[in-house]
Amino acid sequence: MELFANQVLAGIATGAIYACMALAVVMIYQAIDHLNFAQGEMAMFSTFVSWQLMQWGVPYWGAFVLTVAFSFAAGIVIERLLFKPLAKAPILTNVAGFIALYAIINSVAGLIWDFTIKQYPTPFGSSPFLGSQLISTHQAGMIGITLLMLVLLFFFFRFTRVGLAMRAAASLPESARLVGINTSWMIALGWGMAAAIGSIAGMMIAPVVFLEPNMMLGVLIYGFAAAVLGGLSSPFGAVMGGFLVGIFENLVGTYIPGVGNELKLPIALALIIVVLVVKPAGLFGRAIVKRV
Amino acid sequence: MTAMLNVKDLRAYYGQVQALHGLSFSLNEGSLTTLLGANGAGKTTTLRAICNMVRSTGAIEFEGKPIGTRSTENVVRLGIAHVPQGRGTFTNMTVEENLQLGAISRSDKNAIGADIERMYEHFPVLKQRYTQQAGTLSGGEQQMLAVARALMLRPRLMLLDEPSFGLAPLIVRDLFRILGKINREEKVTILVVEQNAQLALELADQAHVIETGRIVMSGNAKDIANNEDVRKSYLGY
Repeated sequence: MELFANQVLAGIATGAIYACMALAVVMIYQAIDHLNFAQGEMAMFSTFVSWQLMQWGVPYWGAFVLTVAFSFAAGIVIERLLFKPLAKAPILTNVAGFIALYAIINSVAGLIWDFTIKQYPTPFGSSPFLGSQLISTHQAGMIGITLLMLVLLFFFFRFTRVGLAMRAAASLPESARLVGINTSWMIALGWGMAAAIGSIAGMMIAPVVFLEPNMMLGVLIYGFAAAVLGGLSSPFGAVMGGFLVGIFENLVGTYIPGVGNELKLPIALALIIVVLVVKPAGLFGRAIVKRV
Repeated sequence: MTAMLNVKDLRAYYGQVQALHGLSFSLNEGSLTTLLGANGAGKTTTLRAICNMVRSTGAIEFEGKPIGTRSTENVVRLGIAHVPQGRGTFTNMTVEENLQLGAISRSDKNAIGADIERMYEHFPVLKQRYTQQAGTLSGGEQQMLAVARALMLRPRLMLLDEPSFGLAPLIVRDLFRILGKINREEKVTILVVEQNAQLALELADQAHVIETGRIVMSGNAKDIANNEDVRKSYLGY
């Protein structure tokens, strides 16, 4: 029983990484109805930017704020330059765009900062959290930051006019235009916010996985799995999905013989497929009531 | 009375197909005008062309300003509310959020709450359901909500596309009574597209008849209602 509890706790700790990433995935999905395959690379690049700022002597939280602001702006610029022209193009064209962006950002990051692994600092320290060896203060801090972002997003979408306009633009673009919403800018704003959230995810994840251009490869797939499990329409679901995927992964690794570290990634992929087949809306996705 | 909306030689296209063939008409400020015509005559296209939701050529002027090249959202921001066919309800949001969205482009935030209360007076059923997901409302309630949402813009001109579609006759009567009241009391100019010609002609003061993308008859709603051809084609007696 203690083994079980420990594994759940450790699962929550790794789940925080996925939850963070899933939040960014859901943000962009809400805005454009696609999964952005370059999301992880954007987050990785942002993390490098913050690392560079710290190398230049900017203190941690200063670099943090500057990076979030930079990522927000960069997200908007990427949308305006690359994806606005593709807005009416078929899905496959967009997917090709995402993959191109993925490759470009990955190579550019490698070109500027090379592919050697770098240490990345944590503002929370890495001692055991409340005396537990399974969860460190950094992981506890990361969980706190993820939940804080979730609460802020909730308030933004529920109680602000811009949040309401963004929801309207995402759910029914034509009706949104008919009440005077500039839907094109709402999409750009969605990109900006997703990039900003992604950058926070990157800065929280980097101390755990170390900083290098391919750091997000596995994390993004887990992020997708978490978002799909929780429901792509629900930020809350995405975060819960993240924790659940983390716990699930740990329990399977512990109790099912033969599943070592090597087989953990296929578990995430299998989870995506199972959820899509059994409950496509995800655990917390809103089932829309319709009456005609 | 001055012309509030002037449409000249409007031609609209869906891909290669031309739907409007040089349509011209004008709306007087404060009027309640109806656009009549059979299925496929171009009524909906006319409304969509005014809001630039379909490719079109020709001149459209609103209060003296050309609006043909403005984007849909910028046409709306001039004070032209459009209740589309199928109502365009944000079904996964609450009734109150739908009303908030109607006023989303307004800058006088403090007056919005009072306007929502006013809508609840016009449409009491919406007040009972204000926290409910709009998709759970009945067809008639959703149409009320669509009209209320459009009014939240405080529009100068309101375009309605077949508000009676799919509603029970009693509810249609109710809705049209409210539209007449809004036109008189709130001084909103209204252009309503209808297949229910009889009701529309009772309600309206002006009428235009469209056939295959052209206006074939215009005038006082009473005169149009008494016209022999119109009676035979659209009123059925």
